[in-house]
Amino acid sequence: MEKHLLQIEDLHLYAGSKHVLKGISMNIPEHQIIALIGPSGCGKTMLLRSINRMHDLNPDIRIEGRILFKGKNVLDRHTDPVQLRRQIGMVFQKPNPFPKSIFKNVEYGLKINGMRHSAHIRDAVENSLKQSHLWDEVKEELDKSALELSGGQQQRLCLARAIAVAPEVILLDEPCSALDPISTAKVEETLLELKQLFTIVIVTHNLQQARRIADQTAFMYLGELVEYGPTVQMFEQPQQELTYNYLHGHFG
Amino acid sequence: MTIRKLRMWIGMASLIVCALGVAAFMVIMLFDLSRQGIPVLSWEFLTSFPRQGMTAGGIWPAVFGTTVVTLLATLLAAPLGVACAVWLEEYAGEGAFTQFTRAAVRNLAGVPSIVYGLFGLAIFVEGMRMGASILASACTLALLTLPSVIATTEEALRQVPRALREGALALGATRWETTYSVVLPTALPGILTGVILALSRAAGETAPILFTGVAFYTRYLPASPFDEFMALPYHLYILSTQHHDPELVRPLAYGTAIALLLLVFLLNLVAFVLRAQYHPKKRL
Repeated sequence: MEKHLLQIEDLHLYAGSKHVLKGISMNIPEHQIIALIGPSGCGKTMLLRSINRMHDLNPDIRIEGRILFKGKNVLDRHTDPVQLRRQIGMVFQKPNPFPKSIFKNVEYGLKINGMRHSAHIRDAVENSLKQSHLWDEVKEELDKSALELSGGQQQRLCLARAIAVAPEVILLDEPCSALDPISTAKVEETLLELKQLFTIVIVTHNLQQARRIADQTAFMYLGELVEYGPTVQMFEQPQQELTYNYLHGHFG
Repeated sequence: MTIRKLRMWIGMASLIVCALGVAAFMVIMLFDLSRQGIPVLSWEFLTSFPRQGMTAGGIWPAVFGTTVVTLLATLLAAPLGVACAVWLEEYAGEGAFTQFTRAAVRNLAGVPSIVYGLFGLAIFVEGMRMGASILASACTLALLTLPSVIATTEEALRQVPRALREGALALGATRWETTYSVVLPTALPGILTGVILALSRAAGETAPILFTGVAFYTRYLPASPFDEFMALPYHLYILSTQHHDPELVRPLAYGTAIALLLLVFLLNLVAFVLRAQYHPKKRL
C-alpha cells in the first residue's frame, strides 16, 4: 500500500459568490507525478494554489474542507503558511525570476531559510541548477541578471529556486505553457528525475505531457473531479464518458 | 485636397504650434537667464559672502543653506514617505482607515505652500520650540514633499508584478522578507524618481521656509541645525523686490537664479545616475 502524502477531503472553494471547487477529494501518493487536466476554468489552478495556501492573499476566496499534508490540515488557522510553503514549493505558469542575478535567485530561498555558510550555499545552488539541467548553460555567468535568460531557462531557474529549499512537494502551474517544445522537453526530463526526491503535482493543458510524465492523472470539469487514476488507464480506458470525450477532443 | 485631409493638417498644425509655443517659452526663459546670469557667475560669486549691503560679493551662504536644508528635508521625508507608502500598498488592505489615510495624503498634496509655512511656524518653530532654524525649515519642507514621495512610491510598488511577490512567498518568505528583499529593490528606480522630484521641488520653495528659518542676511554659515540660514530662492526674492536699489543688484539676482537652477540640475543628475545604476536589467 503506497503512502499518501497529501489527502484532499471534500474541498469546496468559493470566489466571491462563485462556487469554484465543488467537493474535491483525492489522495496524492509520495514520489509520483500527478497531473491535473481539464478545460480552462475548471478549477485546476485554484485547487493547486489551495495546497500551499496561495489564496491567503485574496480575501474574496473562502475554502471549506480539509487538505491533509502528512496528516496535518494545511487549511487550519494554526498552520503557518510560511512554514508550509517551505515544504510545498511552487513553480508558476509564467516564469517569474527575481530581477537579481542567477546565483541570487537560487540563493534567495536558502538565505531566508537560514543558510548562512557561503560554501554550503554555493554547493546547494550548484546542485539545484544541475538538477534542473541549467548548470551547464549558466555556470560561467552566474552573476548575470536572470532577466537576460530565455523563457525556458528562466523557468528552469524558477524550478531550481524551488528545489533549492528542499521541499517535499512541488506544485507546478502549467509550467510549460509559455515554452517551446525543446524547453518543454528539458523541463519534462527534469521532472521525471526529480520525482525520486519530490512529489510533483502539475497542472497542464497539454494532454500529451500528462501522458508522457504523469503516474496519476486527475480530470476536472466545472469544479468537480470527474476521474482520477493511473495515467495509462485514464488514457486507454477512461471510466467516464466525460473523460473520454475530453481526451478525444470532443469539447474543451 | 479632401476635407478630411484638410482637417488632419489643421489638427496637426495646431498641435505643433502648441508644442513649439511651450518649447519657445522654455528656450526664451533659459536664454534670458543665461544671458544675464552667466556673466555674473564665477567661483568667486558662488563661494563668497555678500558685501556692502548685498550690492557686491557672492551668495555662498545661500548656496550652502539651500543645499543643506534640501538634503535634510529629503533625509526626513524619504524614509517616512517610503514607509508610509509600503504600509498603504503592501499591508493596509482596503479598509476605511486606508481610505482615510490615502485621502489625507492626496489632500496634503493640494495644500498651498504658504499654508505649510504657517503650519511650520506654529508646530515646529513654536510648538516644538525649534525656533526659526534650518531644522524647522527642513521639517516643513519635508512635510511639503511627503505627499509626492508617497504617491510616487505607491505607484512604483504597484508596478512590481504580483508574480514576483508570489514567487517569494512560494519559497517560504514572510511578507516582510518579500517586501524588503524583492518588492522594494524592484521598485527602487521608481522610488528614487519620486525622491528626485521631491528634492528639486524642495530646493526651489520659498514660502515654507519664509516663516520657519530663512534669514535676510547672516554673517556666518549655520553651525548647528538650530541656526538661521540663507537660501537661494529667498535671496532671489530679496534682491528682486526688497532691496533698496533693485536695479543695481539685478545682475546678482540673475546670477542667483542661475545658481539655483544649476543646483537643482545637479541634484537631479546625482539622483539620475543613482537611478541608472539600479536599472532592472542590471543585476541588483
